[in-house]
Amino acid sequence: MSFDSDIVEDDTAKAIDIDRSKGDFSFPENHKYDAGRGLTKATVDYICDVKEDPDWVREFRHRALEVFESKPMPTNWATEDLNNIDFDIIRYYLSDGQKPKRSWDEVPPEVLETFERLGIPEQERAFLAGVEAQYDSEASYSNMKDALEKEGVIFVNSKEGLKEHEEIFRPWFGKVIPTGDNKFSALNSAVFSGGSFIYVPKGVKLKQPLQAYFRINSENFGQFERTLIIADEGAEITYMEGCTAPKFETATLHSAVVELVALKGAKIQYITVQNWSSNVYNLVTKRGIAHEDAEVRWIDCNIGSRLTMKYPGVVMKGERARGEVISIALANDGQHQDTGAKMIHAADNTTSNVVSKSISVGEGRSTYRGQVHIPKNLKGCKNNTECDALLINSHSRTDTYPAITVRGNQHVTQHEASVSQVSEEMLFYMQQRGIDEGQAMSLAVNGFINDLVREFPMEYSVELKRLIELEMEGSVG
Amino acid sequence: MSLVIENLHANVEGTEILKGLSLTIPKGEVHAIMGPNGSGKSTLSKILAGHEDYEVTAGTATMDGADIFELSVDERSREGIFLAFQYPAEVPGVSNANFLRAALQARLPEGEEIDAVAFYHQMYEKMDTLEMDRKFTARAVNEGFSGGEKKRNEILQMMMLEPQYCLLDETDSGLDIDALKVVAKGVNAMRSPDRGFLVITHYQRLLDYIEPDHVHVMSDGQIVKSGDKSLALELEASGYEFLKEGATA
Repeated sequence: MSFDSDIVEDDTAKAIDIDRSKGDFSFPENHKYDAGRGLTKATVDYICDVKEDPDWVREFRHRALEVFESKPMPTNWATEDLNNIDFDIIRYYLSDGQKPKRSWDEVPPEVLETFERLGIPEQERAFLAGVEAQYDSEASYSNMKDALEKEGVIFVNSKEGLKEHEEIFRPWFGKVIPTGDNKFSALNSAVFSGGSFIYVPKGVKLKQPLQAYFRINSENFGQFERTLIIADEGAEITYMEGCTAPKFETATLHSAVVELVALKGAKIQYITVQNWSSNVYNLVTKRGIAHEDAEVRWIDCNIGSRLTMKYPGVVMKGERARGEVISIALANDGQHQDTGAKMIHAADNTTSNVVSKSISVGEGRSTYRGQVHIPKNLKGCKNNTECDALLINSHSRTDTYPAITVRGNQHVTQHEASVSQVSEEMLFYMQQRGIDEGQAMSLAVNGFINDLVREFPMEYSVELKRLIELEMEGSVG
Repeated sequence: MSLVIENLHANVEGTEILKGLSLTIPKGEVHAIMGPNGSGKSTLSKILAGHEDYEVTAGTATMDGADIFELSVDERSREGIFLAFQYPAEVPGVSNANFLRAALQARLPEGEEIDAVAFYHQMYEKMDTLEMDRKFTARAVNEGFSGGEKKRNEILQMMMLEPQYCLLDETDSGLDIDALKVVAKGVNAMRSPDRGFLVITHYQRLLDYIEPDHVHVMSDGQIVKSGDKSLALELEASGYEFLKEGATA
């Protein structure tokens, strides 16, 4: 076992990769199953064979591949940088062929060490109800507290979900986000592997979060996890995901699909703290359906990556349903955070709230795209949208593309946007108190997002503040 | 042990603002600088603190013998220079308590952490002197503060950071008489043989409460007259008219 830390010592890299000591390492590959480079029908069949997919899944994947191939890159509205993704050199499936272990002791040593260095087993002991740890294509570890299992909570990977719990899994799978939603949801549908399947039975309220951690270890690898969470009537769950990858010489692709279903009166809170290295293309589709009196809440923190495109959405399908997106994006040199929210009101008296804060540093670029849709036939719908951008130095760029479609006059919508800067006077003031420039920047940035960070579970807000501190310290001097 | 400024020349955007200013502030003394608007009083305090808009073209400034122009803004602060701003900046979202902690933490050697209990104890004690509400600690630095609150906050920070040399830039501006008394109480509590003060003010009023050992009159980028506290009273009575004749004398 050795750490290949040398390959990532890149003095010339302008892009700042945060907290290298923590996420920037990789182990030699040890894969029993490797689908090879490039994507063809044979690649999809290889994945099906290895995973022993049922026929309906194989057909689903085949159709998805066709959709993926037929759809153009969305460069008519999104960045041209998408054209730099080379689908032919990506490896679409890598695994050691092991089933996920229920005990960390049984996990292969290098995988265990990876997750220990990321602090996962420690967090599990401290405050989590269950953990799934994915290493490249498959979960290496998956466990949940016994008490939850007794209450009927299901927390497994997608492979086990679709096989062992088909009766719950299949009716919702691909229904919140159809394969053809966009090019990358189609790609994920063709080659998906890993991710979580969660079912929380009627009235069961999880007091502690479930967590998944997605780790990319291999170069030129594409990670395509697929997560489906169903909260039955009156159930409540908080799910958290974290992501890291080492910084390789070449680009890595992460393209997940996450579907949430909150049945009547249920609450789902989905928290992401993503800390990708600066050459990951992170193209993720996330959407939830909220039935009557249900609530879906996305809390999304995007730090790192080369390009992130992610617009978590909520379809408010039942009366009085609520949707919320709270997002924080930090774009450092060489990074583009293209994020936002989609709020689809589909019933009376539904309420949505979007609060987005972006920070652009150096050459970093932030884009906000918001869509709020309230059709004519509804009444009593409310939307509140706030987008605030903080620019740190003159090269930074920020764009806001809000699209609010409100038909009918029985609704209340509110949209506020602001752009501010960490002014020289503010920096001088802080420095005059003895705080160095990097610290001053990180204080300013933490201050900017402070009201949102309060929404986070404590353990994650501490982590987030620390990540921002490291990011800002690296970006000056 | 003094803050010594010798023959200081400085420009802002190409215009010379300080034109050969010399001043020595020994520890244990309070020096007041008065002068008409535009004489360069505030500029002097910003240059000593290291504001990058000002370019020092000649002269020196040393603190206990060490050249302060060699130091960055934050280094000067940690070495003991404190500037109470005329217009303190707002730091949205950062609480006063966290801000002060960060400033104190910056003074500790690597690996050492502030003792939170002692920190709060000390802060509350100083806040009591300045008649500040406890809720203040959770408010964001200077955000939505009244003029008086901002000035009190400056003095609180000064009391917490315990600098060697305190530069007070028009601390009295925008204060009513009650607030002025409170602020002066804080400053007077800090007077010590180990600390020097430079009090910049437009009005003599402040000097009724913070009694200076020396008063200097600044005009057109230089100290043109120095004396004891009676000079301030003279100025109050007769204004700065004498400068017009004095400049040619």
